[in-house]
Amino acid sequence: MTAVAAHGGAGGGPPRVFRSGNGLALLLPALVPVLLFSVGPLVYGILLAFTDARSGRNTETSFVGLENFAELLSDGDFWESFRIGMVWGLSVTVLQFLASLGLALLLNQDLRLRGVARVLAVVPWAMPPVVVGLMWRLVYHPDAGLLNGLFGSDVDWLHDFSLALPAVIVVGVWTGMPQTTVVLLAGLQNVPGELYEAVSVDGAGVWRRFWNVTLPQLRPVIVAITSLDFVWNINQFSLVYVLTQGGPGGRTRLPMLFAYEEAFRYGFFGYAATLGVAITIVVLVVLGLYLWRQAREGD
Amino acid sequence: MTRPLKYLALLGYVVFLAFPLLWLLSTALKTPQEMAVLDPTWIPRRPTLANFADAFAEQDLLGAGLRSLVVAVATALITVALALPAAYALARFRGVAGRIAIGWVLVSQVFPVVLIIIPLFMVLRRLELVNTLAGLTLVHVTFVLPFALWMLRGYVRAVPRELEEAAAVDGAGRLRALAAVVAPLLAPGVVATLLFSFISSWNEFMFALVILKDPEVETLPLTLVRFVGPEGVARLGPLAAASLLATVPSLVFFAIIQRRLRSGLMAGAVKG
Repeated sequence: MTAVAAHGGAGGGPPRVFRSGNGLALLLPALVPVLLFSVGPLVYGILLAFTDARSGRNTETSFVGLENFAELLSDGDFWESFRIGMVWGLSVTVLQFLASLGLALLLNQDLRLRGVARVLAVVPWAMPPVVVGLMWRLVYHPDAGLLNGLFGSDVDWLHDFSLALPAVIVVGVWTGMPQTTVVLLAGLQNVPGELYEAVSVDGAGVWRRFWNVTLPQLRPVIVAITSLDFVWNINQFSLVYVLTQGGPGGRTRLPMLFAYEEAFRYGFFGYAATLGVAITIVVLVVLGLYLWRQAREGD
Repeated sequence: MTRPLKYLALLGYVVFLAFPLLWLLSTALKTPQEMAVLDPTWIPRRPTLANFADAFAEQDLLGAGLRSLVVAVATALITVALALPAAYALARFRGVAGRIAIGWVLVSQVFPVVLIIIPLFMVLRRLELVNTLAGLTLVHVTFVLPFALWMLRGYVRAVPRELEEAAAVDGAGRLRALAAVVAPLLAPGVVATLLFSFISSWNEFMFALVILKDPEVETLPLTLVRFVGPEGVARLGPLAAASLLATVPSLVFFAIIQRRLRSGLMAGAVKG
């Protein structure tokens, strides 16, 4: 006699083992790692934002309430970093989206070079960010680099006050295109063919078809991937750290580079955590507004 | 759009995507003399492999590679060991607790890494694990776990529940049903998640930068950055060579899992 036969009986739906209370016991291994490794550190990190924690081993840490936030709001360096972060985050996300949409549309057609382009379009995804950064340093290198030779210019791209940020944004677009392209391409392939047939009967041109069929059908996918891209981009660190270390003169100092310096160069753990919380709030507000607008337009 | 125009556009993309890669390759094969001339060329006039030898001579690439390997393998194994039972539970039991857990996995992606790395650093310091590979592995597990959980949950859901129940009806206990029916079907997904976790750890830079302080414990990404000295041009060749080598494991593994990663992402995303 098995447990199943004893409890289930004949024809009574799924056997009872699968509905019984041992689910909670099985959920425990799910909850423990998530609590221990994800919720715990984050809650700890958020709490630190309200303290004056320092990096020293034996420093006293005390609760300071909103003091860090007040200091942050009057910190000119923070606002400059915040501004750069928003310029970076928004422009990389938008450019990534436009470039990837174009590429996905091309890859979705029967063109010859498609195979090569498909492979190339995922390579940056697999590369270590450090290698991407180093590789582009070689491209931008003022003497041995490619660009100055190509344009006959004499520019130190990554050390020029006005060119550094745009130069870094190009690298951001290059490195983030794969995920976006792959997701958009999958979305395109899920658009039902009948929809296109219906519009072509009406004699609609390519652009009308794109505006009236493709884009509306892709909308949920577009909203999801651009939201994710924005979160990833605003939290970018490694790539820009390797490219410029935030220079020249802080012109590419994204919020995460600023937070890293505050925490691990100057030792202000509490203040850096405050910065992290502030960026989280900004991201949530931006995403909230975006998703809310998209949901309203989608109706 | 006409066909020639489309080809022109696609060609534009291929050039944009490929030229930095080709430049890296070209730089890796150039002699220092050729690097010093103005008007750099695409194809090295006298291609050389000396940069690869120099790369190993200048920095402890081999040691760093081995350390990266140890951390990445440990991260992959621990992550999957923790995530697999969790993913199974989350896929099969849709209770409130499960829904909150999976919701958290998504929400946690919004928080910037500083909010995790500072508390983890403080914990590691108390445990005397700063500057150790064990400490870095622990942090990498934390960092990879949510996505691994998400991937695995998608793969478990793709295994029809009926198969498992049929096995149970045939008299196999839950564990035997799992071992005999679910495990073989889940194996490719588990391999994909292992490889994904490996790549994430192998490529990771920021946590390593914070946790590892001495050259003797550095992982590969940290060692690569060391090639960027104030000296400039002279080290560009070895830098390019080392960068190429460091990318090989990630690229190979990624090629293997690419298709599965895509379907896993989609399965998770569509079925929510």
